Amino acid sequence: MRYHTPTSFADAAAIAAGATGTLRFLAGGTDVLVQMRAGMVQPDDLIDLKHIPGVDQVVQTPDGGWKIGIAVPGIVLGGHEGLVRDWPGVVEGMSLVGSTQVQGRATLAGNLCNGSPAADSVPGLIAAGAMVTVTGPKGSRDIPVEAVPAGPGKTTLAKGEVVSSITLPPRGKNGGDCYLRFIPRTEMDIAVVGCAVSLRLDGDKIVEARVALGAVAPTVILSEAAAQAIIGTTLDDAATAALAKAAEGAAKPISDKRGTKEFRIDVAGVLARRAAQIAYDRAKGPSKGSQA
Amino acid sequence: MSKIHVTTTVNGDPVEFLADPRETLLDALRNQLDLTGTKEGCGTGDCGACSVTVDGTLVCSCLMLAAEANGKRVETIEGMAKEELHPLQRKFIEHAALQCGYCTPGILVAAKALLERNPDPTDTEVRYWLAGNLCRCTGYDKIIRAVQDAAAEMRQDHRGAA
Amino acid sequence: MARDDVKTGYKLIGTRPNRPDGLDKVTGRARYGADFSLPGMLHAAVVRSPHAHARIVKIDASKALALDGVKAVVTRADLPTGLTGEDLNLQDNTLAGDRALYDGHAVAAVAATSALLAQDAARLIEVTYEVLPHVTDVDAAMAPGAPVIREGVADYSVPEGMHGNVARYMEFGHGDVEAGFAAADIVREHTYKTEATHQGYIEPHACVGQMGEDGRGEMWVCTQGHWYIRRMSAAVLGIDAANLRVTPSEIGGGFGGKTTIFMEPLSLALSRKAGGRPVKLVMSRSEVLRATGPTASASMDVKLGMKKDGTITAGQVYFRMQGGAFPGMSPIGEALPCAFACYDIAALKHEAVEVIANRPKAAAYRAPGSPMAAFAVESLVDEMCRELKLDPIEVRLKNGATNGSKSSYGPVYNVIGLKETLEAAKDHPNYAIPLGPNQGRGVASGFWFNHGGETSVSLAVGEDGTATVMIGTPDIGGSRASIGLMVAETLGIPYEDVRVNVVETGALGVNEPTHGSRATFASGKAAVEAARQAIAEMCRRAAADWGIDAEAVEWKDGAAHPAGPNAGKHPPMTIGEIGSKMGSTGGPISGHHEVTAEGVGASFGTHVVDVEVDPETGRTTVLRYLVVQDAGTAIHPAYVEGQYQGGAAQGIGWALNEEYVYGADGRLQNPVFLDYRIPVASDLPMIDTVIIEVPNPGHPYGVRGVGETGITPPLPAVASAIAGATGARIRSLPCSPPKVLAAIKAAKG
Repeated sequence: MRYHTPTSFADAAAIAAGATGTLRFLAGGTDVLVQMRAGMVQPDDLIDLKHIPGVDQVVQTPDGGWKIGIAVPGIVLGGHEGLVRDWPGVVEGMSLVGSTQVQGRATLAGNLCNGSPAADSVPGLIAAGAMVTVTGPKGSRDIPVEAVPAGPGKTTLAKGEVVSSITLPPRGKNGGDCYLRFIPRTEMDIAVVGCAVSLRLDGDKIVEARVALGAVAPTVILSEAAAQAIIGTTLDDAATAALAKAAEGAAKPISDKRGTKEFRIDVAGVLARRAAQIAYDRAKGPSKGSQA
Repeated sequence: MSKIHVTTTVNGDPVEFLADPRETLLDALRNQLDLTGTKEGCGTGDCGACSVTVDGTLVCSCLMLAAEANGKRVETIEGMAKEELHPLQRKFIEHAALQCGYCTPGILVAAKALLERNPDPTDTEVRYWLAGNLCRCTGYDKIIRAVQDAAAEMRQDHRGAA
Repeated sequence: MARDDVKTGYKLIGTRPNRPDGLDKVTGRARYGADFSLPGMLHAAVVRSPHAHARIVKIDASKALALDGVKAVVTRADLPTGLTGEDLNLQDNTLAGDRALYDGHAVAAVAATSALLAQDAARLIEVTYEVLPHVTDVDAAMAPGAPVIREGVADYSVPEGMHGNVARYMEFGHGDVEAGFAAADIVREHTYKTEATHQGYIEPHACVGQMGEDGRGEMWVCTQGHWYIRRMSAAVLGIDAANLRVTPSEIGGGFGGKTTIFMEPLSLALSRKAGGRPVKLVMSRSEVLRATGPTASASMDVKLGMKKDGTITAGQVYFRMQGGAFPGMSPIGEALPCAFACYDIAALKHEAVEVIANRPKAAAYRAPGSPMAAFAVESLVDEMCRELKLDPIEVRLKNGATNGSKSSYGPVYNVIGLKETLEAAKDHPNYAIPLGPNQGRGVASGFWFNHGGETSVSLAVGEDGTATVMIGTPDIGGSRASIGLMVAETLGIPYEDVRVNVVETGALGVNEPTHGSRATFASGKAAVEAARQAIAEMCRRAAADWGIDAEAVEWKDGAAHPAGPNAGKHPPMTIGEIGSKMGSTGGPISGHHEVTAEGVGASFGTHVVDVEVDPETGRTTVLRYLVVQDAGTAIHPAYVEGQYQGGAAQGIGWALNEEYVYGADGRLQNPVFLDYRIPVASDLPMIDTVIIEVPNPGHPYGVRGVGETGITPPLPAVASAIAGATGARIRSLPCSPPKVLAAIKAAKG
């Protein structure tokens, strides 16, 4: 195996484009090293992206969004005040990936490009409307996060292409998001179901919403029906019931060692309801009483 | 297969070694540097027995290539006791917070990292911080008590020193 | 709750000193199996079958051997032929013969100059398989039409007409069961299932083996029993046991799973083939889960008759247990006697079959067989208590075994502490805490026989009056501390003056492993006897010095004292004085004791657990947990509590989330800790303990083994608590959320 440490994404893309055997990019490494250890992947070329300047930075964009470097580990995101304030659902999704130790290494970009339908950080990113910049031999392009995964272990990126940054839009006013997942233990499991909700209020009424479901299909689902179930409502019982039904309807899971199809459908509805409530409460902000 | 020259600092000591590109930091610590206190329990980042800190961040050394440690500062269980035992080490013995002891180095390294960030954690905070450190012998009860007792003593010492 | 605050006649027993190996274990210095290295050492890797059942057509290692640095490959052809019985089973499991019998079965092994190279080489060994039909489920393996996975496994006990995968049959009982059921107010009957679980010790199996062409070898290995390793490895390799010297490392957990061999002989075979260079072999976690010895999976029918006042009139069980592809490993012989061991019931019938299936060769796991049996019987007792609205502790007190009861499996109990555990559980504040919505409480009792076994211990008095104790039972959870306490108590010297060493096979007579909750009991008992021998010798030395009869000398507080009317007045002679003069008074002073230890005291415990279940997801949270167990005498209470807490945690894991998941292809789906879900720190509450002390008359200090009973009650207690919280009874472990949610929905109709 050849271990490369390029200092620019252009160089990384060039190495990747020229590679003839099995290629892997290395950011946090918490998936790649596991796969190597298990013998699932024996890369001929491993491109460590952490020597590229800026990959460990979180910077605010001119419009008030956030640009996140591809090597920023979970523990840094979790400690970033601005991100936690604006996109708590995105941060909590990433924070659920693995242990404290894994948080010291694992990255949003890695979680996304690993291509797992159960990746905890991806529903939050999709619900938030995050974009990724992809750099390839022919330059860079921006695509929505949901355009990256192509199925378990697969992405839509072309040979030589690499995710070079992730950008969250400006949160704006009266917005809130949340990610919840279901696991049998309290920690350390892969999501059996995940659900992220991002919404915006006008007064008490939801005016924008995005609902993303994880681990219930080959890729994370962005459910328009689930969003429509709560848009225009105050998230009353009828709305949450409609949301749950829409989430259940959107879920197209399989039965596997982590859960049955029926269970995943049921829990998708439960989580959608619970996540929407938390996102709604966050959008409302702390009540005057609790501010005192 | 050519090897990579790695220069790093382990427990304050400068070290150099040649790493196979596929070699993990865990294997390099154990096999090249004879620091066998860091253990492998799973090799997949699920058990925490291989916990070390790299530039002050708690990581699983099985999930990091030795080559990635180049230029970094690595701390292992062997560096935890200075002139005397760290309070965590002492409290683990006193509270019988270990049975087989295999997970103990990783738990001590992780708990030390916690108390450096949060000197006064709740039991729940300790449990979640240590959720990636599997112990199969103790049921965790005495581990939590030992961490809390060490934290209390360290807070006392800190106040005494201030 | 132990004797910390209770006055006893003991100076040291019942105190909580630091364990002697504590410092090494908190500093990383303790050496475990994978921590040994030797000059010139090679590293090994194992090629394993990806199929549950397949004929091995061809093994081609030529590409592997062509790699620079690859030094040896071994296959079954390198092992001797002609073995029979369990030796053959061990050899078949070490390396497959003509057939691979389970996913993960070892097929070949390779040694090379680095671990990475050995793994590369293993991938280059080409094995041609012809896949055969397989079966992994216990009930499916007995069903008509199931493939017979090995011909001729049935022993004499199996009745005509049973399926070819049935290897053993057992039955026993007493009383008139039908009359008992007829006398009951309600008779209930259900089938309960438990899935296989793994001990889940955090240290993977590891060894370094070295053997020359003369068949003489050495091994450093993590094991619960190095004489077992020696005997089994010698048998598999066709060498003499005396020519193999086995040194145990510190051991990173075992729980029964390190009482046998899995890959250890391969290190020796590779070493011999590689010109005697030492070979290190370390399993990965997935190898541990796929190819070491999990416990059996079980399918169990239970029938009970109960009167309205809670009197159990009769009981009947039929257990089917699968212990992997080899006969002899399914613990029916333990599960059946454990089934009703907590009860004194007039009529009982026990039946069981052992079944083989395409799974790894099972090994012991903490009270092997008892947790499954308890899940079946204690769950049904709880169901009937709820139906009749009876307090589960009162029902157990009413029917519970006590001193002098004839046990369900034959022997009469001597002095036991079951009722004391039940009374203490009933009186514990946890039992009175009001429960909230979606919360439930479960109670169950558990039993383990405890074990004595072959034991050999030596003790030597030093010139400075300290004592060295040589034991043959590896210390997994603090037994050096407890044995040191007993020796120090006996000798009347400080705990710190006794050093207890676990020594290699060349240093003592044969010792059984640390298993069956026997180390503190049996090695402790032998160590006390060895100390008493040394005391007798020291009394003789003092008597000779004083010119009096040895009978006129007594030993107390670490010194010989003249005693009796004719002893005369002599100042006490301390162990240090006697030790310092030993060279001129008759030579070294030692004690030695070897015995097949008798007098184990049966172990009983009662657990109370409160849970809360999320009614929308079926997820269970353990709110509080209480273990009450009889320790006989708690020598080192902290490590007694540790055994209780650790056993409970393993039982909770088994009850809630742990299971072997096999796919339709017969391959293990979850051979990683990510998906083999043992409890993590945030899953558990503090685990409250009460140590009951009903001293065992069969031990000089009253010790009962404490290691195993604790894993038994959690399975039924947790399931019963879930039933209390939800109204849904889970009769098939684990109580995983999908199962619990489905049961909640079904219960609601």
